[in-house]
Amino acid sequence: MAEEKKLFKVKIDNISVEVEPGTTILNAARGIGGDVVPPAMCYYSKLQGSGGKCRTCLVKVTKGSEADPRPMPKLVASCRTTVMDGMEVANITSPEVLEARKGIVEFLLINHPLDCPVCDQAGECDLQDLSYEHGAEGTRYEFKRRTFDKIDLGDHIQLHMTRCILCYRCVFTADQLTASREHGVLDRGDHSQISTYIQNNLDNDFIGNVIDVCPVGALTDKTARFKNRVWFLKPVDAHRNCDNPKCCGKVALWMRGDEVFRVTARKDQYGEVENWICDTCRFEKKDVKDWTIEGPRKIDRHSVISQGHYVNTVKPKDPLVEVLDGRQPKLLFDIHTQSEVNRPTIDLSKIDGPAHSDDFNKSQS
Amino acid sequence: MQTLTNRAKPVDRRPMTFMEKMYIPAIAKGMGITLKHLFQRKATVSFPEKKRQFSPVFRGLHVLNRDEEGRERCTACGLCAVACPAEAITMEAAERKPGEEHLYREEKYAARYEINMLRCIFCGFCEEACPKDAVYMSETFAPAMYERKGFIYGKQDLLIPNPKTSSGK
Repeated sequence: MAEEKKLFKVKIDNISVEVEPGTTILNAARGIGGDVVPPAMCYYSKLQGSGGKCRTCLVKVTKGSEADPRPMPKLVASCRTTVMDGMEVANITSPEVLEARKGIVEFLLINHPLDCPVCDQAGECDLQDLSYEHGAEGTRYEFKRRTFDKIDLGDHIQLHMTRCILCYRCVFTADQLTASREHGVLDRGDHSQISTYIQNNLDNDFIGNVIDVCPVGALTDKTARFKNRVWFLKPVDAHRNCDNPKCCGKVALWMRGDEVFRVTARKDQYGEVENWICDTCRFEKKDVKDWTIEGPRKIDRHSVISQGHYVNTVKPKDPLVEVLDGRQPKLLFDIHTQSEVNRPTIDLSKIDGPAHSDDFNKSQS
Repeated sequence: MQTLTNRAKPVDRRPMTFMEKMYIPAIAKGMGITLKHLFQRKATVSFPEKKRQFSPVFRGLHVLNRDEEGRERCTACGLCAVACPAEAITMEAAERKPGEEHLYREEKYAARYEINMLRCIFCGFCEEACPKDAVYMSETFAPAMYERKGFIYGKQDLLIPNPKTSSGK
């Protein structure tokens, strides 16, 4: 009997959408798109079992279902609640939800250090966007923030536990992508931390993806650490034929001139990775020659990353050569004779880890 | 044509009268204005010897600030560079090593920090953008020079003297 699958009719912020049974409210809202999509810090559609931790996706269910039209008594986490037929959900139309979200952001920021000027994630940080859009101006927290020492997880990943919001995404990533998981959440409550048991190194292939899934700057790429800010880099789509059968080789390169500062997976509009990439692609291929560049990556024009306006730029023709009858204008001043920045002799992107004082002083001699 | 202000004066194209053709009264009138200004207060000052006082909000040459312990405040976040409409500011960041805590305030610092004073338009956006109170604009301006090469101000030109050692470096 080829009976058509019954679709559930849901109304989110007075916009109707029909989804399959078993879909979560968050995914139904993503089907609509736009402003009605609740923000999510811990839910990750590519990771099974993620979600339900951060509570930023709280929504109000004003009508439970067609059969039972009572509203749900409390706000529910939309990433974990499945839809019912005839359900009506209020997200941005409910002041209660917006108020609750503001509180959640304040909770998330209680222990999060305000070191965005230092953090490499700034500019592409989910928590930064979330607190900008939904957060309050100040915090009411008066006590000392919890701090941890920095940990090196292997050669390429730096764990900055102080910034962690315990979304568990990296734990799921290691569980589901890599051969074996060697890190997890230790301790409880305020003391809980992402860590490896006795500083075990993370060197499974595909472990680099924990950097991409991290919504904050807790897990960062050590090969790109402090090298440049994301808004000075130009993201371009590129690919290479990776030997690893599980790796697609499709990445986003973060370039400046001909230097490849960082390799990440391509992220969609919800900040989720489209295709996982292997560690060889991510950490070891920092040369333009390794890659086939497809073109500039489309970046939301409101993002700070697009401040360079590199898409669709037309370089105007230099009229000077024509006016001077083909002679090149005399260069009066070569910037490199005076400037110490961007010296041709020192390639920041080729240094393994973050640059140190001796990296700069060595070049002077 | 409708005038934009009521101060517009139509051009007088009538032929000149005999008195106007003599020019003498007009010249005398003009010389009178010149003579009057000789005895008035001068609007200019003779610059290098005499200097005008700057207003407290004057935006002059930049300085890089230190904190109370003499550590550099700048953490090379790049916000001044991204705010700069003239793209005059460039920097390169480095990580603080253990043992350098007395030099730099944060774990990241600007190993190189340069302001191209030829490009700078002294708008003060960098000062406003700085989250660490590191860039300030002082009440002096860039000295005139015959060549371009002295106008790239590096960290040694911008940093204020260390209050602890006050050696200047």
